[in-house]
Amino acid sequence: MSDPLEARLAAAARALEAPDVDFPARARDAGLADVAYTVEPSPLGELLLAITPRGLLKVSYADIYPSDAALEDISRRVSPRVLEDASALDDVRRELDEYFAGRRRDFDLPLDRTLMRGFGRRVLDRTERIPYGHVATYGEVARDIGSPRASRATGNALGANPIPIVVPCHRVIRSGGVIGNYGGGPERKIQLLELERG
Amino acid sequence: MPLPPFQAVLDEHRDTVARFLVAWVGPQEAEDALQETLISALRAYPRLRAGSNVRAWMLTIARNKAMDSHRARARRPVLVGEPLESGSADAMPGEQDEELWHAVRELPPKQRAAVTLRFVGDLSHGEIATVLDCSEAAARRSLHEGLAKLRGEFA
Repeated sequence: MSDPLEARLAAAARALEAPDVDFPARARDAGLADVAYTVEPSPLGELLLAITPRGLLKVSYADIYPSDAALEDISRRVSPRVLEDASALDDVRRELDEYFAGRRRDFDLPLDRTLMRGFGRRVLDRTERIPYGHVATYGEVARDIGSPRASRATGNALGANPIPIVVPCHRVIRSGGVIGNYGGGPERKIQLLELERG
Repeated sequence: MPLPPFQAVLDEHRDTVARFLVAWVGPQEAEDALQETLISALRAYPRLRAGSNVRAWMLTIARNKAMDSHRARARRPVLVGEPLESGSADAMPGEQDEELWHAVRELPPKQRAAVTLRFVGDLSHGEIATVLDCSEAAARRSLHEGLAKLRGEFA
């Protein structure tokens, strides 16, 4: 750009400083924060946490399910009004911290079950009732929801749990004491079960 | 293709929109104008057609908010003793060139828009025409006239 005025405009444009505004707070006040999320470190690695005005929508292990992909899925299935906003998840983060520290046995968080459907929803509703420190088998869960032959489908539904840890799919194991699979990998399942054994 | 999460749009375009508003309305008014621009964009976002030019779309909203902000300011009485706009006359290029932006703000709206969209928004002539809802030739003309006027002042 040889023109001195254009060069000056370009330089001045680069030097402009964007004001710092708390947009997520404003979006919340306007009732437009359909989904807020944050990525949070935990003893099990980084967790993507997402919440709607109805409750906790999503917990996922960032190394297994990349956050970008998880957020695109949420954008498509829930709302594209998705904002990064850690403070909207203060309660969730605090309860998870307490849980990981062994100081909390039950979560006291409203859940948004939009990402659970049909059979999966029934499996997960049953799973929510397994108390801290206890386990059930895939077959037991299948039987309790009236589909005694669907233990494999039950396993798949648990693997697709959109809110692991809080909806304790880690408490469902194979018969004979075999740990079985886990959406976050079997090591994490063992870690969670050991934490709860105290 | 579905819409990406709005946060991805913010990550990509927020800085450009914010600097565009600072250039247009000045740093004090830019905060409100930015909040209102982003709120309007977030509100309308689910209805945006996938594949739209998102930067031009956001800058269109920003320009409308900037015009509103400008009008509101024109209506506001000037307080006695309120200091004048602090455009330091000896700003070096590359620094906060308030003197230059002050002159840009004095341009007629179409020219002001064309200049800021080109240099801050980094939009092409075609995109400027989209934002201003005019022909590409008219956008070129506005830019040309705006630059000529500024050159007259700073020659």
